Amino acid sequence: MALSGIQIFKLTPKKNCKECGCPTCMAFSMKVAQGAKQISECPHMSAEALEQLSEATAPPMKTIKVGTGDNEHTLGGETVLYRHEKTFVNKTVYAANICTCMDDAEIDAKLAQVPSVDYDRINERMYTEMINVNFGKDTTPERFAEVAKKAAAVRPIILSVKDEAAAKAALDAVKDTKPVLDGADASNYETFSKLATDAGVVLGVGGASIDELYDTVQKLEKLGNKNLILDVTMDSIKATFEAAVVIRRAALADGDRSFGYPSIVKVNKLTDDRELQQSLVALFTLKYGSIVVVDTMDYAMALPLYGLRQNLFTDPQKPMKVAPGIYPINGADENSVCLTTVDFALTYFLVSGELERSGVPCNLIISDAGGLSVLTSWAAGKLSATSISKYVQENVEGKIKNRTLIIPGKVAVLKGDLENKLPGWKIVVAPLEAVQLVKFLKDMKANGEI
Amino acid sequence: MPFNRKAHKFNASINEVEIGTGDKAIKLGGENTFPFYSFDGSLGSGPKIGVEITDLGLDAEPEGVKAYYAGCNTIGEIAKKAAEMPGGDFVVLRLAGGDPNGANKSVDDLVAVAKEVADAIDTPLVVEGCKNVEKDADLLAKVAGALQGKNILVMSAKEENYKAIGAAAGLAYGQKVGAESAVDINLAKQLNVVMTQLGVPASSIVMNTGSAAVGYGFDYTISTFDRVRAAALGQDDKMLQMPIITPVASETWAVKESTAAEEDADEGWGPVEARGISMEVQTATACLVSGSDAVILKHPESVKTISRLIRELV
Ligand code: B12
Ligand code: SF4
Repeated sequence: MALSGIQIFKLTPKKNCKECGCPTCMAFSMKVAQGAKQISECPHMSAEALEQLSEATAPPMKTIKVGTGDNEHTLGGETVLYRHEKTFVNKTVYAANICTCMDDAEIDAKLAQVPSVDYDRINERMYTEMINVNFGKDTTPERFAEVAKKAAAVRPIILSVKDEAAAKAALDAVKDTKPVLDGADASNYETFSKLATDAGVVLGVGGASIDELYDTVQKLEKLGNKNLILDVTMDSIKATFEAAVVIRRAALADGDRSFGYPSIVKVNKLTDDRELQQSLVALFTLKYGSIVVVDTMDYAMALPLYGLRQNLFTDPQKPMKVAPGIYPINGADENSVCLTTVDFALTYFLVSGELERSGVPCNLIISDAGGLSVLTSWAAGKLSATSISKYVQENVEGKIKNRTLIIPGKVAVLKGDLENKLPGWKIVVAPLEAVQLVKFLKDMKANGEI
Repeated sequence: MPFNRKAHKFNASINEVEIGTGDKAIKLGGENTFPFYSFDGSLGSGPKIGVEITDLGLDAEPEGVKAYYAGCNTIGEIAKKAAEMPGGDFVVLRLAGGDPNGANKSVDDLVAVAKEVADAIDTPLVVEGCKNVEKDADLLAKVAGALQGKNILVMSAKEENYKAIGAAAGLAYGQKVGAESAVDINLAKQLNVVMTQLGVPASSIVMNTGSAAVGYGFDYTISTFDRVRAAALGQDDKMLQMPIITPVASETWAVKESTAAEEDADEGWGPVEARGISMEVQTATACLVSGSDAVILKHPESVKTISRLIRELV
């Protein structure tokens, strides 16, 4: 629970020596309560007071790391429930599932499929970050360890296992890759906690209900293990949704530290239906999954999902912008055709991506549109025939000899006005969507228009 | 210490708005909790799904949609089939052909289409305009009049044309009105305020607070939903307690992920239709869990999946 300034004040030495930069201990305490100062900035605090306070002023949700090196992922550390309150910090990571119940060929095929989804969207790498290795019925510890090792060579893994011998064998094989050991529950938490601590890995803890999970977490904390992830997967979709929400809310809105850990949701256990799985993975991206496991992540599922995640985790305060300028594409020079769009990063990347794919040399002209999308900036008066023509006359005409300007289809209404304001230029209206540009430019080229 | 579960209850609820008539009439809204938070309170009648068809026929539709409507020759037959789509609750007719920069069909022709659709189905009907504010003002007012007594929802009343559409649909002909604003809580509220000042009862208004495909400015859509619901329930803001309806199909089936043919797409993307369904399913899910009381979809696979999601969570 967060402490008030008065509660903190009671623990200070009350010297009013100003060494912390505050006029009085009381002023200092107020700042600490607001999060503006760290308790460690007072050099005279007693050891007990420090311990008591650092516990109480710690962030509401722990930040946990899994994997190593380039494959390390940071989970949790959130402070708010809604993105408009403050930027979400650590994005959801996705895991594909393999099971020792599959035969070797199937496992190898799946492990080969995982890296196939890997692409860039607005300077962010989009790929399946983890693999969940499920312990199937009748699996020997040796086989589990062997499959885990294969998987860990591809991605950081989650060991989903409740069998102690199998967990131990797998950890011996892969502990250096910093997997998650997801298998603790009310019945085995002591042995599993020891396994995880000895191996230096994060422990995943689950339960049949929210209350049981809470109880087990408290027992683990008593054992001194706070390197945890909460497996909120329950026996139905409804119960899992409830657990994901209630647990995150308890931590962030109600200050309950025992639930202040990242979560894992195994959508693959809730349904076999692929379409429903992709609905659920979107659902648990928005509602508080730190790791979400699906059976298979293919492109069709990934494309909307990673777009959603990128939107969700952007800073709500500042739009992503690119600098105004002339961007030559495909080796364009002063004689190449010109196209124009806005300085909103998303728009820029979508349009420039298509222009590159067309193979047609062209100059993409970006003027200042307030970092807004085409229609938004047009509706806000930031993209107009005046703004475009002014930019072209001041910054383009001296550098580019070509006099054909292609404008976005969504602002086709600007054509007439632009023709008046840009004498000597031929204004061409492009299709509505960037994806149509490849064909559009190729056709123009074939017709000798550019 | 056992888990001390704190209740998060509100003393306010979302209005319940009925559309359609008879046995098949449905209610939108009625909940007093955040989306799907059944553990906190009531979800009202639960989210609903609209099945979208347009006056432009099926030529431009994805294969799975064409296949579903195979054998339908008239808009009436298409509408009847849409009404039967498993998982759907109502039919949405989008009069896209009215667009002056597109097919530019006449208002009379489109009103006739709306009548044919309404006569062919007994499920509730929602009518969307062509996005051109002047044309919609005239078109939707006339549709509202022509379908008097059907208790339809007339969408697309915006800041620029709410007077014409609101007065006709909401006042003269007793229909329900969809108030459309641009992804901003203040604009949504403002439109509801002026609409009620015009005399349209708050209980006849459904909001469209803006939509986008995931990955395409959807961040603002989420935050608008979140903030609208927080104000409606947490602060009992009567001018934001209207249920929310979100057109999903018209956004998601236009973006690259859903339109680039396999041979034109980036390597590995696979068949286009699966990508389109994914866009539709995931965007609809994201809208519902953020605050929509109804989503408008078009692919039978998406309708099936989202109706299953709703059944699992309600
Ligand atoms: C997110 C959003 C916002 C965000 C802005 C985010 C941003 N950085 O732009 C916020 C909330 C701030 C906002 C505000 C407003 N918005 Co707004 N917004 C949207 C929303 C939901 C998505 C926009 C988006 O990000 N699109 C994605 C980008 C990539 O699209 P794009 O830039 O158009 O690019 C595509 C194509 O145009 C094409 N393209 C781009 N350039 C080029 C170039 C060529 C040559 C070619 C071929 C193609 C091409 O490629 C891209 C992909 O295909 C849309 C609704 C929607 N679903 O589109 C409304 C929308 C654009 N907004 C609208 C409005 C009215 C506004 C406001 C004016 C509202 C108001 N009255 O205050 C304000 C203005 C802002 C201000 N005052 O500062 C309206 C515009 C109506 C109209 N038809 O004119 C829309 C359509 C919503 C609606 N239905 O009413 N908005
Ligand atoms: S440094 Fe410590 S003792 Fe000195 S004024 Fe600040 S809080 Fe008080």
